[in-house]
Amino acid sequence: MGNHIIDLQGICKSFGDTKVLKDFNLYIRENEFITLLGPSGCGKTTILRIIGGFEQPDEGRVLYRGEDIVNVPPNKRNFNTVFQKYSLFPHMNIFENVAFGLRIQKMQESEIRKKVMHALEIVNLPGFEKRYPDSLSGGQQQRIAIARAIVCEPEVLLFDEPLGALDLKLRQGMQHELKKLREELGITFIYVTHDQEEALTMSDTIVVMSNGEIQQIGNPVDIYNEPQNRFVARFIGESNIVDGIMHEDFRVRFSEHEFTCVDGGFAKEEEVDVVIRPEDIKIVSPEDGMLRGVVKNVYFKGVHYEMVVSSGNTDWLVQSTLMEEKGKTVGLSIYPNDIHIMKKCN
Amino acid sequence: MKKNNLLRAVALFPFLIWIILLIVVPVILIAYYGLTNADGVFSLDNFRQFFQPNYLRVFGRSLYLALLATVICLLVGYPIAMILAGNTFKRKTLLVVLLIAPMWMNFLLRTYAWLTLLEGNGVFNTILQSLGLPKQAFLGNVNAVVFGMVYNFLPYMIFPIYTSISKIPKNIIEAAKDLGGGNVICFFRIILPLSVPGILSGVTMVFVPGVTTFVISQFLGSGKITLIGDIIEQQFMHAGNWGFGAAISIIVMIAVVLCMWLVNRFSDDSEVIMP
Repeated sequence: MGNHIIDLQGICKSFGDTKVLKDFNLYIRENEFITLLGPSGCGKTTILRIIGGFEQPDEGRVLYRGEDIVNVPPNKRNFNTVFQKYSLFPHMNIFENVAFGLRIQKMQESEIRKKVMHALEIVNLPGFEKRYPDSLSGGQQQRIAIARAIVCEPEVLLFDEPLGALDLKLRQGMQHELKKLREELGITFIYVTHDQEEALTMSDTIVVMSNGEIQQIGNPVDIYNEPQNRFVARFIGESNIVDGIMHEDFRVRFSEHEFTCVDGGFAKEEEVDVVIRPEDIKIVSPEDGMLRGVVKNVYFKGVHYEMVVSSGNTDWLVQSTLMEEKGKTVGLSIYPNDIHIMKKCN
Repeated sequence: MKKNNLLRAVALFPFLIWIILLIVVPVILIAYYGLTNADGVFSLDNFRQFFQPNYLRVFGRSLYLALLATVICLLVGYPIAMILAGNTFKRKTLLVVLLIAPMWMNFLLRTYAWLTLLEGNGVFNTILQSLGLPKQAFLGNVNAVVFGMVYNFLPYMIFPIYTSISKIPKNIIEAAKDLGGGNVICFFRIILPLSVPGILSGVTMVFVPGVTTFVISQFLGSGKITLIGDIIEQQFMHAGNWGFGAAISIIVMIAVVLCMWLVNRFSDDSEVIMP
């Protein structure tokens, strides 16, 4: 991956008495698809708006290729934004909507025509030039918004939950298209969402945020498999989080049983959080299991069954393609690889 | 379905009575008086009488002064509406109250108040004299009449424009900035075109009463500036020539409807994008 294109250094921002961002630091590399992921109110949209120039940080610097751009207004930044709610110009047809940025650059009419048509082809909506935004569906409007942003050939595209208003099927289709688009254009995408699946599907890098602070930065696989703390584990996918005690390196005790794991570097007898993904728990016969429990509930989820297995004081969420009868006693088996040990927070 | 229609008819009934009694019947009466002579026989004499240079001149003056007042209201009102709709101005409520407060007062009273301020020995001239400056004849001229119109009708320009500007979603303006548009481009290509509906109703609400006013011209024009409204009033109240008064009313009505139609036509065409 390339050099840093954007550096956020020590960004602080408050709205009234609410501190939204506290000393926020992040760098974004060239040609990266980076996703800011977090629950609503975690400050992710504020970060995007600060990069776009719509919001001024109270403190800190925004560097673009090493130059501070905090005081540069949005219209002078070579970034374009795809907003949450399409925000097409209702009084202009699709052609004029897409051509808006080019006209400001005082481009030749023939050049504008060529570029607009090309942009409409990229978003798969050729022939829509004469239509008005209110005659388009939500998905089509969002594509036009993307066309309008990419036609200016920005170096960075900002996305503020652009798929939030679309239904599931359309959203999944657009996710693949956005990923393809990023590969075609070869520019930096900064994407904001609260949808963890969306983040995992598209991103090169995910920044998990909560309360204006970064919880973890990493690629989707690492974020999913090696969550750094309880918050990330909870937020990304489903997980079982239980209290455990680290006896020594690679030995952890939880649910009145001692397990071998692959983590070390904790103090002797340190209390830790143990995270186990529901798909990593195997159901075996009661004799072969490390833990023994009773199936309390069974839910059908399409591809798999989700079962709650009660063992001692803990209810384990287990996913399996095979169904077990409710009330049956089963054994649970967990491989060392699948046991994730995290320092207790707070 | 049928029941629903019945319910709707019942619900509409009071409104229909209202419309018929207060709008349809008076218009029919005006048409009747305008289209008959003193003997109650159909005739176009009343209309013919209007097409004389002195009446046409008055009518022309009315249209011109109302147009002037409308343009001034638009130029003064639009920036105020923008300030009201924006975020930067902190004392918005105070400004709204200041704009609305005069409307709580009776129209005649407000105009009388300006009379005492502007007349020969009024407040302004007293101030001028105490400063050693010569007295001014504020009243009895075209300026005073236009001023009176602007003063009285300005809120009717501001509020429709304010409403249509504040209805423009913020992210549309941000999108325009994002695509490289500065404040000037944002104003001319986004805010102005999207506030056209507000401008149109503002223009209508200033121009129509402006054309037909007679109180303002009588008070602030000291009776020296005759408008078409004055003539209509004279015909009904003093000359007793209801037929002629009714005919002028119809002509004014037609002229106003024509003007409004033209304005609407013009605004439809303006949707063609500016370069």
